[in-house]
Amino acid sequence: MNERFFQNLISGVSMGSIYALAALGFNIIYNATGIVNLAQGEFVMLGGMFMVLFGGTLGVPLGFAIIASVFVVTLIGIIFERTCINTLKNPTVMVLVMITVAASIILKGVTMFLAGKEIHTMEYFSGGHGTVPLWGGKIPTQTFWVLGTLAVVVSALVIFFNFTLAGKAMRACAFDRTAARLMGIPARRMVLLSFGLSSAISALAGAVIMPISMVDYQSGAMFGIKGFGAAILGGLGHNPGAVAAGLILGILESLSAGYISSHYKDALPLLILLIVLFIKPSGLFGSEAAGRLKKF
Amino acid sequence: MMRKIYIPYIIFALIILLIPVFIHSYYYLGVLIQAGYFSLICMGLSLVMGYAGQISLGHAAFFGLGGYASAILTGGHGWCPWLAMIVAMIISGVLAWLIGKPSLKLKGHYLAMATLGFGEIVYIFFNAEIRLTGGPSGYTMGVIPYLTIGNLTIDNEFKHYLLTWAIVLLILLVNLHIIHSRLGRALRAIHADEEAARAMGVHTARFKVWIFVLSAVYASLAGSLYAHNILFVAPGPFAAMHSILFVTMVIVGGMGSIWGAVAGALLLTILPETLRGFQDYNILIYGGILLFIMLFMSGGLFGGGRLFLAWLSHLRGRKKEVADG
Repeated sequence: MNERFFQNLISGVSMGSIYALAALGFNIIYNATGIVNLAQGEFVMLGGMFMVLFGGTLGVPLGFAIIASVFVVTLIGIIFERTCINTLKNPTVMVLVMITVAASIILKGVTMFLAGKEIHTMEYFSGGHGTVPLWGGKIPTQTFWVLGTLAVVVSALVIFFNFTLAGKAMRACAFDRTAARLMGIPARRMVLLSFGLSSAISALAGAVIMPISMVDYQSGAMFGIKGFGAAILGGLGHNPGAVAAGLILGILESLSAGYISSHYKDALPLLILLIVLFIKPSGLFGSEAAGRLKKF
Repeated sequence: MMRKIYIPYIIFALIILLIPVFIHSYYYLGVLIQAGYFSLICMGLSLVMGYAGQISLGHAAFFGLGGYASAILTGGHGWCPWLAMIVAMIISGVLAWLIGKPSLKLKGHYLAMATLGFGEIVYIFFNAEIRLTGGPSGYTMGVIPYLTIGNLTIDNEFKHYLLTWAIVLLILLVNLHIIHSRLGRALRAIHADEEAARAMGVHTARFKVWIFVLSAVYASLAGSLYAHNILFVAPGPFAAMHSILFVTMVIVGGMGSIWGAVAGALLLTILPETLRGFQDYNILIYGGILLFIMLFMSGGLFGGGRLFLAWLSHLRGRKKEVADG
């Protein structure tokens, strides 16, 4: 029982890390703009796709392949912001969200066109498809890459938001955009930065999870919904909440697949999410005042 | 005021009823029938979004509930289709009330997530309860009958077209009356400023829940009609992607307009069909057109139309000025 539990827990933590990273991506853009970027899942998918291209097909060394994937996807995120978000004058939140829906359709279409409809896969980053025995369970080596990525991204974000000028400026914008502008913070450039940062994190998540979960042009939707769920559960805009909620969702999903029914593995986390929202309408860690501040 | 509603309504009804005179292809009529179902759903959703100012990313679930309830009650238990349809609407309405009561306290993105989550749970239920629904491969436990009116069996696309659009036109009339009634004004007040509406004595919570229930009932009706047309239900059309599609249709049509909901449903149903010739490119073109509408006509088709009219009258005003001067 213990081994099975441990095995499920580990696979839950590893999927949960990806949900946490996607949720961070949602939060960063939400904090800068007040919109939920429904193309977020597509950025995760693109990260995986470019990893297949660079690491698998072209055979670029691992480190360079990861950097190249993240770089290309970040560039796509920045181009998206420059062409579709930044050009609008006084858009409503609803229109911006719809633009991200359109972008997700286009990204999906282009990917289908260039990479085909088949499911892509590649070897684990280290040790083929090997596993490491640990406390009676078998842990895929890729799991360590995933957990490591989450740890690195979270530490980097903590440093960025607390100790750098740009990070502090972004926090100021999230807190009160108008006040931040009055203090001389270029709010529009912060939006650009947020799109770049968010797509970079999502791409990294996609690149490291791809060897475990595989990737095709449609897999973005799943990451998007789960990541959005994690962001909401943790309280939209609340970064530590997003990480905790992502891990909670991943573990719940994996445990309910292992112990209850594989049919209902996605339903249980959603049910718990609904119950949490009905009891605490602003998520586990979000404050009600912050929820009310940002209108839809 | 009422004249202003009826003239476009009658013109639209005439166009709809004349279409089968010119289009005989069952394939094209089939596409228009589909657009009729989506119009029903989007009109309800438009009341929820454009008038009550709420968002629902779970309406495909109510569409599915209608379809499955009709399929199971008529195919599995031999009920009369019309009775089954009404029972399906009651089931969807009650469920919408249960989910709407706590959900509509939520705001903005939180509400979007809650309704999305609800839709996913219902979708998973359709897939998982194989003994009841037939699971992912669809309902095959009984034969779903065609609808009958008296001795007339609605068994071809032509009859389905007339029945579906007659119902759409009826619901359209109901909705046009709703938005010009006290209820409609109350809903718009909620959309503009919920706190202010409450201060003016509008019972905001009750209105929001009831309009949500109404929209679920419309979606359920569309689902039942769909089941009795295709004679088969499978989970596919009731997935979250379709909920997002319905919201997209409402926004593309223009949020604050019942007509916009119908226009959005028609455009986004017909467009992918006409793009079918482009094969794999169609998803790109579809996304591109959506992006274009959002970037350049952010009020949606009807918002854009209004802008165009404003621009025309502005031009006419200028000409008059020139003539006078």
